[in-house]
Amino acid sequence: MPRLTVENTILARDIIARYPRPKSALIPLLHLAQEQDGYVVADAMEHIAELIGVTAAEVLGTCSFYEMFKREPVGEYLLNVCTNIACLLVGGEELLEHLEGTLGIKPGSTTADGKFTIEDVECIAACTEAPCLQVNYRYFYKVTPEAADALIDDLRHGRRAHEVPKHGVLARTRQQIPQATRAGNAVPGLASEPVWLRTAAVASEGGA
Amino acid sequence: MTVSDAPPIVSTRFGLDDGHTLEGYLATGGYEGLKAALAKAPTEVGDEVKAASLLGRGGAGFPAGTKWGFCPPGVWPRYLVVNGDESEPGTYKDRLLMEKDPHQLIEGALIACYAIGAAQAFLYVRGEMALAQERIAQALNDAYVAGYIGQNILGTDFSVDVVLHWGAGAYIVGEETALIESLEGNRGMPRLKPPFFPAAKGLYLQPTVVNNVETLANLPWIMTNGAAAFTRLGTEKAPGMRLFTVSGHVKNPGVFEVEYGVTTFRDLIYDPVYGGGIRDGNELKAFIPGGGSAPWFLAEHVDMPLDPSIVGPSGSMLGSGAIVVMDSTTDMVKACWRLVRFYARESCGKCTPCREGTSWLEKILARVLAGEGRAADLDLLLDVVDNISPAPFPKAKTEAGDWEAVPFPYKKTTICDLGPSVGSPIVSALLHFRGEFEAYVDQGVPVEVARV
Repeated sequence: MPRLTVENTILARDIIARYPRPKSALIPLLHLAQEQDGYVVADAMEHIAELIGVTAAEVLGTCSFYEMFKREPVGEYLLNVCTNIACLLVGGEELLEHLEGTLGIKPGSTTADGKFTIEDVECIAACTEAPCLQVNYRYFYKVTPEAADALIDDLRHGRRAHEVPKHGVLARTRQQIPQATRAGNAVPGLASEPVWLRTAAVASEGGA
Repeated sequence: MTVSDAPPIVSTRFGLDDGHTLEGYLATGGYEGLKAALAKAPTEVGDEVKAASLLGRGGAGFPAGTKWGFCPPGVWPRYLVVNGDESEPGTYKDRLLMEKDPHQLIEGALIACYAIGAAQAFLYVRGEMALAQERIAQALNDAYVAGYIGQNILGTDFSVDVVLHWGAGAYIVGEETALIESLEGNRGMPRLKPPFFPAAKGLYLQPTVVNNVETLANLPWIMTNGAAAFTRLGTEKAPGMRLFTVSGHVKNPGVFEVEYGVTTFRDLIYDPVYGGGIRDGNELKAFIPGGGSAPWFLAEHVDMPLDPSIVGPSGSMLGSGAIVVMDSTTDMVKACWRLVRFYARESCGKCTPCREGTSWLEKILARVLAGEGRAADLDLLLDVVDNISPAPFPKAKTEAGDWEAVPFPYKKTTICDLGPSVGSPIVSALLHFRGEFEAYVDQGVPVEVARV
C-alpha cells in the first residue's frame, strides 16, 4: 500500500508551507493522495498525518466527511449524474436510469471491468445546462440518452483522454507561489498591524 | 416589461474567449480597480464599499461593507476567506465567475484585503469544479509574476498572499463557519454563533471576513466607477446589478446579470432576452425564487421585483439568486422529495433535530411516493419540520386549518440554517399542493397533472 511518492512528498511540503497551520493542508493533501493512487489509500493517510503532525485518525475523520474522497477503488471514469431539482425537472432521473441500463450497474457501484462508476449526485452548478453530468469532474451539458451512450463509447475507447484525466486528477494546473516575492504566512501570535494600515494612518494624521 | 438596458458589471467578460487570461483581463480594464483602491487609504476603500451598500451575493444578503466593519480593532492577523463553494440547488453563477473571469475575483479579493488589513487570503473553491481550479491557479500564477499579488504590490507597502484551496464535496461547507472548519483541515461542521462569528473568531480564531465570489467580483467596478455610480443602479435597498440563474421549465435557461431591485421575476422568466417563457406553452405552476432552501412562490408572485426587502416579507428569499421554474406538468410530491433528500444527504450530523429530522422526512416522503403513505403522514411531516424550525408555524396553523405563510425567516433548533431549510420545500408543497400528496396517500399515484 503506497505512501506518497518522493515527488508528491516534495509537493506536499510545498502545499503545507502555504498555510499558517499545517493541518489546513489536509484536504489538498488528500486530493494529492487520491490523484496518485486513484483513491485514498490508508498508508497515504498515515503519511499525510506524519507530514502535518496529526494522528492518522484525525486524517480519516476529515477524509470520511467529504463526498469526493474514495477510500476504495472506483472506476477509471467516475460518472456523477445530477438528479437535483433543476436536472430532475428536465430528465436527470431518466438520464441516470438510462446510464444504469447501458452499464448494467446501480449508482454507487462499478462495472466489472473497472472502467465506470456511477453516482447519483447533488447539484453540480450547471443548472441552466440540465440535465448534466460530470466525468472525473469534467462537465457534460444537456446530455440526451444518445449523447450519454456516445460518451460512454468514447470513454471506453480512450477518445476523451485529452479532456477527461484519470480519476483523482483535479486541477492540471497547480498554483506556484514564488518564494522571492511571496508576502509570507500570516501566523496567529506572530503578526502585528499590517504596514499599509499604519502608513495610511500616519499619512492621514500628517495631513490633518 | 421593464427590462433595463443597464450594462453588466461582473459578467462583461463571459463572452470573451480570453477573458480568463491576464492579457485578456488587462486589455479590458483589468486591475484598474486595484490601482484606484491603492491610491486611497484603506479606510476610504472601506467607506466606498459601505456607501455602495453592496449586499452579499452568497445567500444571506448582508451588506459587505458593514460585514468588514465587524472585525475587532487591534487584533492581528486578519484573514479574507473567499467562499467559492457554490452548491445551493439551482445556483450556477460563482462557477462562471471563477471560470470565465478569475482575475476579476482575485482583484476583488485584493481590494478587500487592502481595505480590511488582511495579510493573507484563502480562495476556497468547490472541489468538484476542476476547470475553475485550473483557471484560478493559472490566474494566480500570472498575477504573482506580474506583481499584483505578493510583496509590495504595485510598488506600494501593501503585501498579501492569496492561496488557492480546494473543497472536497460537502454542501454544508458553504456555511461560513463550516467553511472555516474545512479550511482548518476538519470535518465541515458549523460552529456555534456566538461566540464564533467569523469577524471576531474565524480562521484560527482570528478575525476573518468571509465573502462570496460574486460579492468580491463587484469590487473592481465599484473602485473604478465609484459607489455613487453603483447606487444609481437598482434601488436603494437593492443597489447595483446581480446575477440570477434561471433554470427548470423555461424555454431559455440561463445566467443573467440584471438590474437589482428593479427587474421582476416576470422579466427573468418570460422576457425573450431572459428565460423566454414556460416551455411547450405550459402554465407556470410554481417557482423557487432563491435556491433550494427558499420557500416556493406561485404565479401570483411573478410581478414582484427582485428586491430582498420585498421578497423577504413576502415569505421567501432571493438567497443565492437561483430561480427554478416548475410548469404544470411537475409532480410536486416528487420535487419536494428530491429537495428533501438533498438536505438529508447533506446534513453534517452535528445537531440532532437536523440529523434525525431530515432523514426521517426523506423516509416519510419516499414512502408517500411509493404509494405506502399513511393519512397521518402529511401532518407528521409538518410536525418533524416543527421540531427543526419551531412554532408558531406550521403546527399552530395546521390545527387552525388555515395556512398563510411559510415559516420564514427560519426559527431554528439547530446551529445553522441547513436543517430549517428542509422545511421550505415541505411546507411550500403541502401549503399549495396538498391535494397531490393526498392523491399519493389515498390512491398511491400522482394526481392527474396536465401532461403534454
